[in-house]
Amino acid sequence: MKELLQRLEYRFDVSDIVQKRENQTFLTIDKKHTISLITHLRDIENFSHFVLLTAVDWIEDNLFQLTYILHNPEVNIDIAIRTMISRDNPEMDSAHHLWEQVATYQRELKEMFGINFPGSPGVNDSFILEGWDDIPPYRRDFDTKKYTEETYFPRPGRQTNDPAEYMKNKLYPNG
Amino acid sequence: MSEINNKNTSGIEKDKFFAPENEKRTVTAPDGQIIEIDPLNDYFCGDAPRVHKPHKNKLFESFLNWARAESIWVLGFGTGCGSIELYPLLTPRFDAYRFGIQMAPTPRQSSLMIISGYLSVKTLKRVVRSYEQMQNPKFVMGLGSCTINGGMYWDSYNTINRLDYYLPVDTYIAGCMPRPEALLAGFNHLKKAIKEGKGEGANKYAENFEWYKANQKKIIKDWNMPDYNW
Amino acid sequence: MGVFTKIPYVLLGLFILINYGLLVTGIFRRISARIGKRIGMPVYQPWINLVKLYAKRSSVYHGIMFYLGPVFRLGGGVGIFLFMPLIFGSEYFSNFSFAGDLILIMYFMFFGMLGMALGAGEGGHPYSAIGISRGLAQFTAIELPLTFAIIAIAIQYQTLSLTEIVAAQQGGITHWVLFTNPFATAAGMLSFLGAMGASPFNVVRAPQEIPIGPPVEFNSGFLAVLRTNAALLHIVEAILWMNLFFGGATNWIELFIKSFCVYFFALFVGTVFPRFRVDQSIRWYLKVPLILGILAILYIKFI
Repeated sequence: MKELLQRLEYRFDVSDIVQKRENQTFLTIDKKHTISLITHLRDIENFSHFVLLTAVDWIEDNLFQLTYILHNPEVNIDIAIRTMISRDNPEMDSAHHLWEQVATYQRELKEMFGINFPGSPGVNDSFILEGWDDIPPYRRDFDTKKYTEETYFPRPGRQTNDPAEYMKNKLYPNG
Repeated sequence: MSEINNKNTSGIEKDKFFAPENEKRTVTAPDGQIIEIDPLNDYFCGDAPRVHKPHKNKLFESFLNWARAESIWVLGFGTGCGSIELYPLLTPRFDAYRFGIQMAPTPRQSSLMIISGYLSVKTLKRVVRSYEQMQNPKFVMGLGSCTINGGMYWDSYNTINRLDYYLPVDTYIAGCMPRPEALLAGFNHLKKAIKEGKGEGANKYAENFEWYKANQKKIIKDWNMPDYNW
Repeated sequence: MGVFTKIPYVLLGLFILINYGLLVTGIFRRISARIGKRIGMPVYQPWINLVKLYAKRSSVYHGIMFYLGPVFRLGGGVGIFLFMPLIFGSEYFSNFSFAGDLILIMYFMFFGMLGMALGAGEGGHPYSAIGISRGLAQFTAIELPLTFAIIAIAIQYQTLSLTEIVAAQQGGITHWVLFTNPFATAAGMLSFLGAMGASPFNVVRAPQEIPIGPPVEFNSGFLAVLRTNAALLHIVEAILWMNLFFGGATNWIELFIKSFCVYFFALFVGTVFPRFRVDQSIRWYLKVPLILGILAILYIKFI
């Protein structure tokens, strides 16, 4: 693991290396070099298994974080590659030419976060939300509760409790 | 005539959710004739459902209702997590066959639709299609809290809150998830209701067709199917 | 007895057999449930199902052939019944049996399938088309050993009349085809499994496969006609096999007992063996039962 990270640091401008588990490391790289790092890992370092691609909405920093997790089945090592892209122009290079299934993840991210991957096959097709015409629902500025109340005819008389408070009152009624 | 056609096609093009395979097109038939096909009108019957009144003879009708109650064919359509609670019913431990409950593989032949658990909008579209393909004395059972008030998915952007706004529900079974025993109790409740002549969900659906359709169309935004799927 | 005076008795026989078929279907389900350690549905469930299906208020159809499909299927079942002697020696219940009835019955066994194919084809559901191609392919393979067995019997008794075949088997258990030509009986009973559509060969109509196969589009009354026919056809086939191989019946009690035993041969094989795929069952039928059928002819010819 250490040697691998040294090799990567020598070749690429990676930062924020965090070892979360013995065989799992997170690292950050800029948007331009992400795909070449993934290609390098797949073709030279033998990370043949693409685990997942997901996104996080950092609305305060006006950024989307994309996380690619790759797995090397021979030595059982995971590497997670984080990259930050701007929220104003959410667009990322597609990686569908490396693994076919990446196209599906990118299609999902396009629908849920509105992150575009030009050239990815079928990226504009609807994935789960057929005919969604609001802002993408996984963005944090999308108000789920308000949308639900306007759309889905909520049944009146529903009570909501804060789970921590509720259990505290129930288990220790005397404080 | 051509003006009207143009108007129609331009109206269709404006609808961004209209599937391209449903557009009007001209086709060359095997014998060389050129014919125009409008898939939505030619392949489907566009009529609304009709109310089928119960038989006038009360005694005869109650006999038929008894037969309907004792022979419930469940459509094997699991919408959510609750579908996994249905299969124990067919095992030796619970054995729902004793009560005349069988699984039917196609909507054409089944009489009860169980909405098992949360219902997402994408699934609702398929559920509506399947429900409308079932034949007239047909019943709907809502399984789990999700169909009653949304359950733990009450504030989800993609799951419905109240099933009875979209389909006429005969029985609800509360719980998250209900045990198979609760399901059996629900079946008995449904049977009682049918025997009393209250299982008229299909007629209710036909009477309030426009209200149900409006509710369905409010959330199914890419409505690219006929209004009633015969 | 004239043809017209016979009609009431034929109708009476039809009524008895449909009800007997439904009863046997109910017992069939009950026993297979017991083998699976369940209690199972009530014995009278098939009647309730029929009442419910006939009492459906709406039904959807897809054209004239869609109407005729179940009618042809029922015609196949009733056709076998009409030309088959039920009770040997009884003037009332020998139906319209005549000199060449065996050929006609063989034809009717395929006729129902073909009518069903036309009707289900007009339903337009892709699964029914798949189901039909599977069903016809499998039934062709099933009919081959049966045909050889029947040819062997026809050579043995020099007749194509069921009444005469039954007559030749009278006079003790050793006169049955079961003992005079065991190879023909083996081939015939193996093809009986397929003709009944019981478990090892029921992939065509299995709900877990392509949903329920050919009748996937049939609803309400159409399905009820098919269900009625299934009850009739299966028991009539059991009686046909009983006539061919087990000496027929001289009274109703004997008919019930013998056809029950023949029917339940299919059940007990079916509950033990899992389902064959279509290609497997065709290959199997073209191996063991077909060889048995050829052996049956050779046995009659040379021994």
